Amino acid sequence: MPPLASFFLRRLASALPVLGVVLIGGFLLLEAASGDAVDSYVARSGALDAEQMAQLRTEWGLDQGPLYRFKAYASALVQGDLGWSTAFERPVGTVILERLPVTLLLMGCATALAFFLGSLLGVIAGARPGSIGDRVLSIGSLALYAIPGFWLGLVLIVIFAVDLRWLPIGGIETIASGKSGLARLGDIAVHLVLPVASLAMVYLALYLRLMRDRMSEIWRDPFVKALEARGIARRRIVWHHVARNAVLPVVTMLGLQAAAMLGGSVVVESVFAIPGFGRLAAEAVARRDTPLLLGVILCSAITVIIANLLVDLAYGKLDPRVRAGR
Amino acid sequence: MILWRQLNPEGRAGAVLLATLALMALLAPLIAPGDPLALAGEPMLRPFASASHPLGTDRLGRDVLSGLLYGTRTTLLVAFFSAAVSLSVGSAVGTLAGFLGGIADTVLMRITEAFQTVPGFLLALAAISVTGPSIPTMIFAISLGTWTQAARVTRAEVLSLRERDFVAAARTLGMRPLEIAFREILPNAFGPTASLAAISVAAAILIEAALSFLGFGDPNRVTWGSMIAEGRTVLRAAPYLSIVPGLALVVTVLSVHLLGRGLSKTERLQP
Repeated sequence: MPPLASFFLRRLASALPVLGVVLIGGFLLLEAASGDAVDSYVARSGALDAEQMAQLRTEWGLDQGPLYRFKAYASALVQGDLGWSTAFERPVGTVILERLPVTLLLMGCATALAFFLGSLLGVIAGARPGSIGDRVLSIGSLALYAIPGFWLGLVLIVIFAVDLRWLPIGGIETIASGKSGLARLGDIAVHLVLPVASLAMVYLALYLRLMRDRMSEIWRDPFVKALEARGIARRRIVWHHVARNAVLPVVTMLGLQAAAMLGGSVVVESVFAIPGFGRLAAEAVARRDTPLLLGVILCSAITVIIANLLVDLAYGKLDPRVRAGR
Repeated sequence: MILWRQLNPEGRAGAVLLATLALMALLAPLIAPGDPLALAGEPMLRPFASASHPLGTDRLGRDVLSGLLYGTRTTLLVAFFSAAVSLSVGSAVGTLAGFLGGIADTVLMRITEAFQTVPGFLLALAAISVTGPSIPTMIFAISLGTWTQAARVTRAEVLSLRERDFVAAARTLGMRPLEIAFREILPNAFGPTASLAAISVAAAILIEAALSFLGFGDPNRVTWGSMIAEGRTVLRAAPYLSIVPGLALVVTVLSVHLLGRGLSKTERLQP
């Protein structure tokens, strides 16, 4: 079997039990909620009498035991059916698929910004540990690391959208602008600037610190002395040897932070009124839509697993030892 | 006091800031101008405009300084207990997994992995939706998403301790396996886990703030997150209503990080 295919198969084999645990755990957690889908339906759409409620419970399978419902849910899930959203009156899968691309775009841009700018600044700080530039960047990153993304979003809105009026206050694109093609892409990009910045800053600080700390360790490594002795230019040592070795832990962290970033998008999307997956999670909770919430939990687990898979593939490209070990 | 002398300036700054915040939380009823939820005066008073409301009032005329002081209580209480719960649960799970090995280890680690795969914030959100908002449920919800790191770190440490001589000695003394795990191994494995404390506290503060900001906090308590959300409705006219409690959050999280970094550089705490 080609190595890549066996790699994917092995990852799939280890992902399935994890997804199983997520499914059972999520089901049990939401089973503990007081009130069922019929109660929340009645609360929203007005009065039904007791007989109608009982009828609806039979129709939705709620009069059966939890084990029966779990089996029904799991067997529908295997066929790709995530159930029916009571809040949106549409299939859960459809609602989630509608919302997911925006969030993936937001997360992708934020990850790219945090990774490139964070590791670039990390290289600047780590090129000369202890220098003034290093100290300024280290203190700055510590402060940045303490800022909650949603609050940063509000501050950015006050500055760039309310006072300066440079950027839109929220949304993902101008509503009914009639734009298409490149103009629409530009419109979306302008709307993404502030949310991406609010989501990315914490991770930017994290990657900066990681890169800088790792680089200052590598400087003490004898191989750097050997390079210096061979008269290799400092700039080349910094970029080709020290930074290149230091970037590996940052890439590992990229995968570990995928789940945290997805969680962060819940609040950032709420601040900027972006109709994405994160805001869907908050809406599912606020509107007591249990099937939707379970679907959101499952899909976020799948997203995180795929993100980690991509990071591992990138890692293999960067580190020859991993490639050989596979 | 020996600890204080060993702390670097960073750690000292963090310790002083945190002690001040803890004092603010404890003395809130004495130093606050009034009940943070009561309508205290004219709405939307600017900061420094009135002596009786030094930081002004919000949209409904509630005193901002009182809110800030009482908010410290909620923040520190939830953060401290969430970190304590997540570190205890995590180290217990990690000890069991590492010590028992075999199927128990596989099962516990698969569960840990599953918890790590779902965003912690989403778990907290789901838990709050089930239990309803209050301080204990908030602590439970936050710990649900944060215990996994402690479990992994403890397990790794326990695996390296398991084969040591003192464990063999405890076995020959006739101690029961669980007794060995929790009375002999866990205390020795706790060092690296304790160094996660600062990160756990900081994470708990941010999750609590975000949950309250989204309106899933206890409606009968003032929190910085809910103050930010409340100020957001008048963001154009009075941005400071959101900015001030946010600054309090930044200062608190920053001081936790500073103290944590200071402690991790103190040789004494390194096992």
